[in-house]
Amino acid sequence: MSAVSVEHLVVRHGDLVAVDDVSFTADAGEVLALLGPNGAGKTSTVEVLEGYGRPHAGRVRVLGHDPGTERDRIVGRIGVMLQDGGVYPGIRPPEMLHLLAAMYDDPADPDALLERVGLADRAGATWRQLSGGEQQRLSLAMALVGRPQVAFLDEPTAGVDVRGRQVIRQIVRELADGGCAVVLCTHELDEAEKVADRVVIVDRGKVVATGTLDELRSGTSGEVRFSAVPELDVDALGQHLGADVTEVAPGEYVVADGGHDSHLAAKLTGWLANHDVALGDLRAGRQRLEDVFLLLTADEAEPDVRRAMEPKRRGRRGRRS
Amino acid sequence: MRALRAQLRTELTLTLRNKESLLLTLGIPIGLLVFFSLVDVLPLDALLGPGDQPVDVLAPGVLALAIMSMAMTGLAIATGFERSYGVLKRLGTTPLGRPRLLAAKIGAVVVVEVIQAAVLVPVALVLGWDPSLDLVPLLGAVVLGTAAFAGLGLWMAGTLRAEITLALANGLYIVLLLLGGFVIPLAELPDPLRRFAEALPSSALVDLVRAGFDGATGPGRAWVVLAVWAVALPLVAARTFRWSPAR
Repeated sequence: MSAVSVEHLVVRHGDLVAVDDVSFTADAGEVLALLGPNGAGKTSTVEVLEGYGRPHAGRVRVLGHDPGTERDRIVGRIGVMLQDGGVYPGIRPPEMLHLLAAMYDDPADPDALLERVGLADRAGATWRQLSGGEQQRLSLAMALVGRPQVAFLDEPTAGVDVRGRQVIRQIVRELADGGCAVVLCTHELDEAEKVADRVVIVDRGKVVATGTLDELRSGTSGEVRFSAVPELDVDALGQHLGADVTEVAPGEYVVADGGHDSHLAAKLTGWLANHDVALGDLRAGRQRLEDVFLLLTADEAEPDVRRAMEPKRRGRRGRRS
Repeated sequence: MRALRAQLRTELTLTLRNKESLLLTLGIPIGLLVFFSLVDVLPLDALLGPGDQPVDVLAPGVLALAIMSMAMTGLAIATGFERSYGVLKRLGTTPLGRPRLLAAKIGAVVVVEVIQAAVLVPVALVLGWDPSLDLVPLLGAVVLGTAAFAGLGLWMAGTLRAEITLALANGLYIVLLLLGGFVIPLAELPDPLRRFAEALPSSALVDLVRAGFDGATGPGRAWVVLAVWAVALPLVAARTFRWSPAR
């Protein structure tokens, strides 16, 4: 049994469909990142798992229970980090942690936890006197104080400086290594890459891609990506290289299976030189994750980029099969 | 019990740490009591019995005001901001549960009322107050008044944005300070306003607290008015309260 399972979840806010047929699971000991731009439906999804929102359709389970109707069965076993705190403005960090600790059967030691997130020296400050990064670290400690089996962390490093991010990511990693299932929402690709075992990419309420980092990064194809002037003759180039070439965005090209050919770079630069085209840059690895994320985070104001990318991909696959 | 105790301690700590809330719950009532006891400008004669001093009328009124200041204004502002900061939402994911959260809030209001009484009663006695206590009806009136004003406060906090709750709770406090009969006798108000004021929970609470400190049970009309508010307002609050911040 997965610690968290979401099957065909639909959440509406009035007329807006915030979550549209989303499915995924998270197991004990893994960090699952819900990755997507703001407004993709990440928080709405997690809110259903935390027992706030009722799904309009679909089925969710946390530790085998329905969070909407069996809240009592899970509240003692989950840890929650809300996107914006959820802390009394006038309370001090140790007071907040001791308060929460009193609510659980077998809590972690609040003072040790405060030390762990680097707030021991801020014990006398109130929440509103803490910096954004300190507030995030306290929120994380709040999610951990009940020794949760499932943790929901919404944008845990938003507004945190580089050192703070490292601390938070390390704690999240240790949390999962200790057997907790971690569901983490983020809009930053970098965050997902650094901390997640598996990634569910969501956009406008729908799942765009799911997989481990390795699967999403390279797939099985070993794609190579390069940039040059737009509208190259990709068919001719593809024949020269012996691999499919796709223009995924104007001036942005992907060579399928190129990673398996050690002479690819030489062949590619040769062909480009013959056609008097300068090579922008050439990168291997990470292609699919970056592709998908680029695609889904493409600015609303540039719909032509999305349109340009989608039919071409489809056409390419059609020809290949 | 451990969770309830911890929550109650937190509610109290934060209430007593908050300077505005101390001003409201203790500062203003003490100020009004001392000022109007020493400066004889209020038309209190109609309410004074033989041998009474202004403080004999003022002290019960100010104690009733203290109940309203904590149960309505103090509770509304604190809860409104807790809601807008997502505190209530966050506590909703813990094993605390709503009944214990509510019990802690009520407990904190009661403890603050005891502190208010412990400060205001000695001050009034020093000023020459000479009460003849009838404890049972007095406690009944305090319970009903607390329920009515807490219901009103939580209704605001649970439905409005925190800034609106802040403004409205303070505004109502001022309006009811003038119209509630706490320090200004209702008999001084023009007729339509007086009838309106008599139907409010504030005047009923003041009448009953005054009676309770005068060895009396108080007028039946005031009991009915206060009891209706004490049932209706918490019911409305319970039905409309939203735990998540206003979107």
